[in-house]
Amino acid sequence: MKQYASQNENLPVSGSTKKDGTRWDLKERLLLGLSFAQYRQQFQRNPVNWLLLLIFIVGVPLLFQRYIFGIASVTHGSNDYPWGLILGFGLFGMVPLSASGFLLGTTVSLFGREDFHPIERLALLNGLLGYFFAVVYLEVDLGMPWRLPYPMVVSYGTGAVLFLVAWHVATYLSVQIAEVLPALFEWLDKPGWKYYIKRITLGLTVSGIILSTLHQGALGALFTYAPTKIHPLWISTDFQWIHFLCSAVFAGLSMVIVSSTLINKYMHWRCGRAFRENLDKMTLGMAKGASYAMFTYLVIKLVAVAHGRDWEYLLTGWGLYYLLEIGVGVVLPMMMFAKGARDGWVGLVRVAAFITVIGIIWNRLNTSLVCFNWQMYQEIPRWKEVWLTVTLYALYFITYRFIVYRLPIVYDWKESAGKESV
Amino acid sequence: MSSKITRRSLLKSGVAGSIAALLLRPKPGKAHQIKTYQNSMGVLVDLTRCVGCRSCEAACNAEQNMPEPAKPFTDQSVFDEGVHGQKRRTDENSLTVVNRYDVPGLDHPLFRKVQCNHCQEPACLTSCFVAAYTKTPEGAVIYNQDVCVGCRTCMIACPFYIPTFRYSSAFDPSIVKCIFCYDTRLKHGNPPACVEACPQEALTFGKRRDLIKVGRRRIEENKGRYEDHIYGEFEAGGTSWMYLSSVPFDKVGFDTSISHVPIIDHVKNFLGIVPMVLTIWPALFTGFHLLATRKERRAKDKIRKGQEVGE
Repeated sequence: MKQYASQNENLPVSGSTKKDGTRWDLKERLLLGLSFAQYRQQFQRNPVNWLLLLIFIVGVPLLFQRYIFGIASVTHGSNDYPWGLILGFGLFGMVPLSASGFLLGTTVSLFGREDFHPIERLALLNGLLGYFFAVVYLEVDLGMPWRLPYPMVVSYGTGAVLFLVAWHVATYLSVQIAEVLPALFEWLDKPGWKYYIKRITLGLTVSGIILSTLHQGALGALFTYAPTKIHPLWISTDFQWIHFLCSAVFAGLSMVIVSSTLINKYMHWRCGRAFRENLDKMTLGMAKGASYAMFTYLVIKLVAVAHGRDWEYLLTGWGLYYLLEIGVGVVLPMMMFAKGARDGWVGLVRVAAFITVIGIIWNRLNTSLVCFNWQMYQEIPRWKEVWLTVTLYALYFITYRFIVYRLPIVYDWKESAGKESV
Repeated sequence: MSSKITRRSLLKSGVAGSIAALLLRPKPGKAHQIKTYQNSMGVLVDLTRCVGCRSCEAACNAEQNMPEPAKPFTDQSVFDEGVHGQKRRTDENSLTVVNRYDVPGLDHPLFRKVQCNHCQEPACLTSCFVAAYTKTPEGAVIYNQDVCVGCRTCMIACPFYIPTFRYSSAFDPSIVKCIFCYDTRLKHGNPPACVEACPQEALTFGKRRDLIKVGRRRIEENKGRYEDHIYGEFEAGGTSWMYLSSVPFDKVGFDTSISHVPIIDHVKNFLGIVPMVLTIWPALFTGFHLLATRKERRAKDKIRKGQEVGE
């Protein structure tokens, strides 16, 4: 793209019209203002696309296999481990990483911190896609995926935690769609439509906080149904929901740091001025927030160990594994965040964010798989299940990239820039 | 925020909030009341009487129209067949299984039958978000396949590892578990097939409250023969199927770490905060917003006043 942009002054598409005043039509917008041949060329040149293709060549048939021959044809179909890697990663891992939407939405729209505005839309999109793909993962793992809306329309198990999760994720998905819609409206040349969304921004943001608090917590609370199955260090029936909620705060912030870093490095042509110039400052700001959240998290984790009188477990092999998870996944990046935020070392912060993202997924997999049935045996996923999980993630990656390439997420749409934006 | 907050609107939302808070007030904390059905039926399993003949497995298989297993029910070699170093467990083709336990210091093995324990306050039921489970007054925990989404939370929640899933089918998957022969027998007051088939009278069918008395009496009358505990009287809030054993229960595969409160009680800490978050958060965060942006609003107010003066 860099190449084309230097040859063609109109590129990249960042407004409704070309330099000579003619409008970009929809096809041109979809092809990023390139001719079809050019588009194909840049697509082929990118090695990432070949990797994605390889993933799909194996993964898509696996997906068909799952829907034709049943879940047991791709996973162990274990009765002891009803939730395997697909949910452990796709639902319990993706959702905390998607807390970014409500966090940055709150920072900007609720607390009026306009200095984080240039990254707000990326955070919202990151949230929306994370949730959407959590549902996609769920659709692969559910026994009867065609009955997904049942808890909303057919039969109500109102006292169940999962009922709360289902309703909140569904509602929150709509809230997030509404929050990301302005970017789409601008891209479609319908900036007027934004008006309605703008009027309810505060309402949307506050509902975002409520829904996020409850369902991030609820995902933790789901495990309190299995107090005897999970290792005591990973389950605290009193504090599980706070653990999940609190860790989602730094998980979401870290995910935005990771995502913005990648976008700024590999899609620099797409980044607008405000985004480029403020990114380092915003990254440090988020690092500060993340380090506070991590400190809080450590304290609650400690309280949970004390409250459950789990001290003796710390001296066992499981305890060492627990300390390793906390040490590498939380304490280390927390110190890196704090140091980076204080001394302005953005590079350090970015590495820390990457570690944190891995650490959160590690924690969720520990809770749902590794330390689940800790007194029984270890479930090792089949390669097909692993590949399927990767395939869905590749789909997520492609969708993410497709949108960031086109919609005004990290740049300002020319016609809307300057005016007060949502 | 685009609209101005006036005294009227503040009062209005304040009143609305208070009413909502009153209506949604969380229940005051008190000891858990377990739902019990006075006439709930149950079964008392006496491990000292079971000889591991697997007649109950065979009867169950026939009653529930399950596929014939690879090895006949008379084959005792299945007792050594557990995978992952575990004993056999229920699966989509077997709603009940018998396992053999060689207890150190005992000259004969003990056998334990596993099936749904039909809890008084079942974890599968309370964790189900489409209410696919029902606890019938007769004591059975039954399952409705027509609303099940296949999320398998019930399998996570069941402390006894009972519900299983038909993973093998893409188009007709289902939770599979023992239903106390509800449709064919219990509903009409008859004992389940396994009880009827038992040649050793290891399984006693009756009203749950009577069975507790029977169990107590057996423990009393045979001093030293039994552990002084009926497994299932209190576990997970009490179950309809209960066990007597001559050795400590953890020696014969029972999970003795299951607490005496229903599983749902462990989840209530979270459920209790839901109404509070719903009622307090909106006011709290709108308040934060007003506080955080008060300078800007004051500046706007000043401009407006300035304009008015100018006119």
